[in-house]
Amino acid sequence: MSERILLRGGRVVDPGRGVDAVQDVLLADGTVVSVAPGIEAAEGTHVLDCDGQVVCPGLIDVHVHLREPGEEHKETIATGAESAVAGGFTSICAMPNTDPPIDDPAAVGFVAAEGRRAGFARVYPVGCISAGRAGERLALVGEMVDEGAVAITDDGSPVMNSGLMRLALEYAQAFGIPVADHPEDVGLSANGQMNEGIVSSRLGLAGKPNAAEDIHIVRDLLLAELTGGHIHLQHVSTSFGVASIRRAKERGVRVTAEASPHHLVLTHEAVEGYRTDAKMNPPLRTQEDVDAVRAGVADGTLDTIATDHAPHHYDEKEAAFADAPNGIVGLETALGVVLTRVVGEGVIDLPTMIDRMSCQPARAFGLPGGTLAEGSPADVTVFDPTATWTVDPGAFRSKSRNSPFTGWELTGRPTTTIVGGRVVWSG
Amino acid sequence: MSEPGTPLGKDLIGLEGLDADQILAILDTAEPFKEISQRRIKKVPVLRGKTIVNLFFEASTRTRISFEFAEKRLSADTVNISSTGSSVTKGETLVDTARNLEAMSIDMVVMRHGSSGAARFLAERIPSNVVNAGDGWHEHPTQGLLDLLTIRDHRGSIEGLKVCIVGDILHSRVARSNIHGLRALGAEVAVCGPRTLLPPVPEDLGCVVFTRVEEAIEWADVLNVLRLQLERMEAGYVPSLREYNRIWGVSRKRLEAAEREILILHPGPMNRGVEIDSDVADGPHSVILNQVTNGVAVRMAVLYLLAGGQPEKAEAAKQGGEA
Repeated sequence: MSERILLRGGRVVDPGRGVDAVQDVLLADGTVVSVAPGIEAAEGTHVLDCDGQVVCPGLIDVHVHLREPGEEHKETIATGAESAVAGGFTSICAMPNTDPPIDDPAAVGFVAAEGRRAGFARVYPVGCISAGRAGERLALVGEMVDEGAVAITDDGSPVMNSGLMRLALEYAQAFGIPVADHPEDVGLSANGQMNEGIVSSRLGLAGKPNAAEDIHIVRDLLLAELTGGHIHLQHVSTSFGVASIRRAKERGVRVTAEASPHHLVLTHEAVEGYRTDAKMNPPLRTQEDVDAVRAGVADGTLDTIATDHAPHHYDEKEAAFADAPNGIVGLETALGVVLTRVVGEGVIDLPTMIDRMSCQPARAFGLPGGTLAEGSPADVTVFDPTATWTVDPGAFRSKSRNSPFTGWELTGRPTTTIVGGRVVWSG
Repeated sequence: MSEPGTPLGKDLIGLEGLDADQILAILDTAEPFKEISQRRIKKVPVLRGKTIVNLFFEASTRTRISFEFAEKRLSADTVNISSTGSSVTKGETLVDTARNLEAMSIDMVVMRHGSSGAARFLAERIPSNVVNAGDGWHEHPTQGLLDLLTIRDHRGSIEGLKVCIVGDILHSRVARSNIHGLRALGAEVAVCGPRTLLPPVPEDLGCVVFTRVEEAIEWADVLNVLRLQLERMEAGYVPSLREYNRIWGVSRKRLEAAEREILILHPGPMNRGVEIDSDVADGPHSVILNQVTNGVAVRMAVLYLLAGGQPEKAEAAKQGGEA
């Protein structure tokens, strides 16, 4: 059961309401009761001293892979949700590219139920766009929404058929959910192992050119404009992609978009030495692209920072580069990496970071949270912005260890994660 | 990396990163080993008692045989493991293969693998010396070295030469090793082929680019003509072998248009009438069989050096001493 919690004396940052001041936050019965200076603690209130800490609306990650059902050796809904709260996330959106894929209402209900049972972060299911993720005809979108799906996507694969994408963008409007797409023209990138460029040329690895992503982003923007639907572009990694989204927003196209922490701080140079922990899709690109993704987050072109948390078993990553799967875990490093290397380098300030990691994700996917307004869900992240730590995947709550940030010295880490008024993690 | 007196470290994974002194030391070490293959009894005890595994995950005839001759002529004990499929499709992972080799205390592994980076992957996981016999599209360093030795044999020095690699550069480990080795020794390097078979930005690798073979021939002192693999045509990189030959084939007529004599190399196996015409392959400027001969000497030199041998002692070692 939830209790009365008073978060005392922290720096409360609530960008949605323009709050950035030392205040107290009182939570009770699963909701935010009040945010004000000098709140008295009634008897029985659990008081947490937050001096020197940042108190903000709980972080929300709209892009995680929990691998259940089908690949429970990599992650389960429970371990993924625990990894989330250890990283300061109070809500996560589970991608449907499981085995079998989450493409019907029963499967959506399973993910939601397992998330509730785990009792860590809120787990919001995302359903498939197409039945069986086959890219041919629409999945049972309406019934999936009834069971709790908050968006649809065939993530892991793009929707290559433009006609199907048009239908999805039209059909989803009845339910007020975004259509999320993994933008990649696979005809251009089919065998690619990394970014196409100088590093791929030297290493002798097949490349994925920026154009593969750019073409697909532009197509999706045109279809959103045509249909009036809400397109959510996942893990944008290219300079031209960011510029295209910026122009589309100026035209009034309903588009939201993600940047991943790794695309904000790493380039294709990280693959040197055939490091499979730097293998992901879209691939790490050039410094010019990193700079553009940073500028996109700074000016709001890219609304959200989302991890694309993609657990893989160590056996699978311990392989020749072409044989290793794409993806890295991100939930437990995102806050530290963004604080240290994005906020720390002056790309965005701390309130903007919280906006991109909490307020905007809530807005993009229509989720509760993202605010400390009175009466809103008591989902709160408390973090120490000055704590330094070294990334040790052995200490992750996630089942997987595949991180390119292993050994990094980071500044800033979550100390308390509260979901629905309940402390679900403290570190 | 390298210890005093030896130009190589534990492994030979690629020519990228080796400097001119290191490469020249290998070539110089190969010189005295050339003579062994001309003897009546082609065997010296340089690697006596050493065990070498030739681990070939991709089909290979000449590279595997060349290594095997080099090993046997140095008196090493060798085991050949061949598998046309990759270790993964066989069910055993490369890391398990590595651990099994380690458990059998072998001294060296010569590996050919279809994945770029596989040789380095293995080398980082076992204490034995690893020689890359070709990894994916990445590198084939002993082929690069034997090409360098052959060019040096015929032109005295590599420095200042203009060498053009013709054909499928994109998918070629031979091209990458040649580019790094030639550039380290001061050659100017060009690549020539249809744009579909060149890396996205060949200039990134320090190469001049020609899209027409006539221009390459006009420019070059040496042509290294690569095999056009049939699967490239099937995958649509070029429309037909006949068209490839008409536009990029190295023909006698095209060579005769050049003012200078051009040395012709080919790493084999050749597709006569596709990338190279027979009268060129068999012609007076072809050194293709010299490459094969030099392959054995270069591989002897590499094995000797990785076993701890010193370049200046190669002549003595060959007379009866051990590495």
